[in-house]
Amino acid sequence: MVQLRLPPHSRVQKGKTYPSPSQGPRMKLFHVYRYDPESQENPRMDTYELNLDECGSMVLDALLKIKDEVDTTLTFRRSCREGVCGSCAMNINGTNTLACIKHIDECQDDIKITPLPHLYVVKDLVPDLSFAYSQYDSVQPWLQAADNPPPDKERLQSEEERAKLDGLWECVLCFCCTTSCPSYWWNGDRYLGPATLLQSYRWIADSRDEATGERLDALEDPFKLYRCHTIMNCTNTCPKGLNPAKAIGEIKKKMVERVV
Amino acid sequence: MSKEYQFIDHTYDVVVIGAGGAGLRATLGMAALGLKTASLTKVFPTRSHTVSAQGGISAALNNMGDGDNWRFHMYDTVKGSDWLGDQDAIEYMCRNAIPAVIELEHMGVPFSRTEDGKIYQRTFGGQTLNYGESIAKRACAAADRTGHAILHTLYQQSLKHKAQFFNECFVLDLIMDGDGVCRGVIAWNLADGTLHRFAAHIVVLATGGYGRAYLSCTSAHTCTGDGNAMVLRAGLPLQDMEFVQFHPTGIYPAGCLMSEAARAEGGYLTNSVGEKFMERYAPHVKDLASRDVVSRAITIEINEGRGVGPLKDHVYLHIEHLDPKTIHERLPGITETARIFAGVDAAKEPIPVLPTVHYNMGGIPTNHLAEVVNPTDQNPEQVVPGLMAIGEGACVSVHGANRLGTNSLLDLIVFGRAAAYRANEIVSKEKIVKPLGAKDGEASIEKLDRLRNAKGSLKTAEIRLNMQRAMQTHCAVFRTQNYLEEGIKKIQSIMTSYQDIQLNDRSLIWNSDLVEALELENLLQQSFVTIHSALNRTESRGAHAREDFPERDDVKWMKHTNAKLQGNQVSFTYRPVHLYTLTSDVDVIPPQKRVY
Repeated sequence: MVQLRLPPHSRVQKGKTYPSPSQGPRMKLFHVYRYDPESQENPRMDTYELNLDECGSMVLDALLKIKDEVDTTLTFRRSCREGVCGSCAMNINGTNTLACIKHIDECQDDIKITPLPHLYVVKDLVPDLSFAYSQYDSVQPWLQAADNPPPDKERLQSEEERAKLDGLWECVLCFCCTTSCPSYWWNGDRYLGPATLLQSYRWIADSRDEATGERLDALEDPFKLYRCHTIMNCTNTCPKGLNPAKAIGEIKKKMVERVV
Repeated sequence: MSKEYQFIDHTYDVVVIGAGGAGLRATLGMAALGLKTASLTKVFPTRSHTVSAQGGISAALNNMGDGDNWRFHMYDTVKGSDWLGDQDAIEYMCRNAIPAVIELEHMGVPFSRTEDGKIYQRTFGGQTLNYGESIAKRACAAADRTGHAILHTLYQQSLKHKAQFFNECFVLDLIMDGDGVCRGVIAWNLADGTLHRFAAHIVVLATGGYGRAYLSCTSAHTCTGDGNAMVLRAGLPLQDMEFVQFHPTGIYPAGCLMSEAARAEGGYLTNSVGEKFMERYAPHVKDLASRDVVSRAITIEINEGRGVGPLKDHVYLHIEHLDPKTIHERLPGITETARIFAGVDAAKEPIPVLPTVHYNMGGIPTNHLAEVVNPTDQNPEQVVPGLMAIGEGACVSVHGANRLGTNSLLDLIVFGRAAAYRANEIVSKEKIVKPLGAKDGEASIEKLDRLRNAKGSLKTAEIRLNMQRAMQTHCAVFRTQNYLEEGIKKIQSIMTSYQDIQLNDRSLIWNSDLVEALELENLLQQSFVTIHSALNRTESRGAHAREDFPERDDVKWMKHTNAKLQGNQVSFTYRPVHLYTLTSDVDVIPPQKRVY
């Protein structure tokens, strides 16, 4: 049988272990992916022991404690620490999520933290998202309407029309969903992935937008949209509780509606 | 300079530093006007802290039919500022709020809607009709995620207008020439470790506030006021730095924001005996008094032993009596935050809250066209050529001594827009961008190199924590001379301890150890100026409450503090408050006692 393995330079080695200077009733081990692009070394998993009585309640708090007090070279993105900016997306015990709103107590046993899967790693927990961002750009995620609205008045939109955007516009572009999708792992160069498709549908669903036809035309392609096989990892993993799979389903429905 | 450090040089009409609400509004406006514009930001644009703004953006659209008018908005803002705001700039902001917010809707912001399909508006602290008579509904809202809605839309519009972004690019310093003209900036690209110099006709600082100088703040980790510190290092002043806003309702103990929208929709505060105590402090508008007033009230309740919880160190915010439909439609974000960070179901039980550092009224002094000013004895309005500032980092001053809720998003949008117009006027008169000198930026690189190889004994986080504790203890809601003087000594010794900093990451690619050390230097410089400015102002006004000088002193102190930093010395000059309007369409609002 064919053996599938990572290329030699990507294989993850066992790293260093940092015991906690203090002990208490609530000790926890954090295994964290480390990769330094400026060394010639392979990635490794470092292990940090933390006393949870001296640490905040979220996984991000644990990472901050490690960076502040134990190992200042540990690198990860973070900003708002309240689940709205989307910076600290990473894989925690096998699930993509935002570290700042992931409770340590929800995790049984040790906690294993790796970068979002299937992206190039820049350093430690920082993946390269530039391609995902360019895919987002490619769906022209801005309001398109032919008529100029009256300069001194807003466009009108009913409460019902506006309600159709709920569950779509709240996306924080963390790409937890996109990088959890096996179809995206396989065809990420051409399949747009759930985050970008959710944003595409956010404009299709907006009563003020007049480019639905053009938006659907642009998705009419064997890969961009139709590589979604309703695996549903996106919806299961979304840290904001959104449902990208449903949005993709709605786009497919629109595609069918306009031919029948 | 060693071979290891090579500059990559760029030339643009305008370089905008920071891509939050103000930076993006300026960037897209400039790109749309055809200016060659670069946006430099240390985080991807939609990660900027504007994304956390909740309640709304104010504009007297009168969509709720309450008869609102921009003149009432102006009155409220002047009163909210405790008469330290510049009335010409406030007139400009409140008037232009209306077209600026309508433009946002045209760009696609998903505002909540009224029954007749217009932008939904709710009330917020300090918003009144007929000059204080009754409550106005002026906050245009997208649920309680208005900042997110606006920031994402602005980024989308910037993509539409093909603005050039340099994401995760950390700006180190301004490049100033011998004539005091700003020529560009020097920056470090985290992704590949390269160093860049940008020459431009105009540099726009849109770098936000410095909430992270304090231990408990609603601000993101990235709110380190980098642009403010660049201005100090360029020998220019910062204005009104003593005015730091505490938001009454940060969640206890994490500090995340619980929007004022909670009280606007009918929520209220109680103490340990279940009393709605705001009725005592602001009998007229109660829980919807201005933020400085509510924060002081909570602090007094806690200090007098009427706090809740085992340590009696916070109070309760109630929304559980509201219609579940209101909670679901208008307050979904804070309900989620309360559940995640306090383990509280806000629809059933009260939310633990306490006053938390939220906003910096002070910053880089500008005029209402967004141009940075460096006051001289002859001309208090002397413009610094080539330099503009907008957003929380700027001090226009439209917020004076205390900002009203929803005026912050408005400030970003109105002055981001103004900066684009002004830049277009200036650039169209200029010819070519002057090239930078060979040595420009070298001093910044020497500092970067020194820090990168620092082998002292103190970790960045340790020094930072010392600073945050000192600021939280000595420069908080209530201030006194002794306490401030002690705080200055502490900050001074912490600044000295920075010489003994220890870094362990020696790389240039995504060296966040180094980023944090640079940010800490920025925070320390601003903290030092803030606490000095607080000691210097011997009166109480807006957010600056001196227990030893409890009254406002208009004779002596109706003026802006301008503070410069040289080594360990802070020096002060003053700039008159603009007690005049831009046009004759509105009268100056003369100083009155501020009662809610």
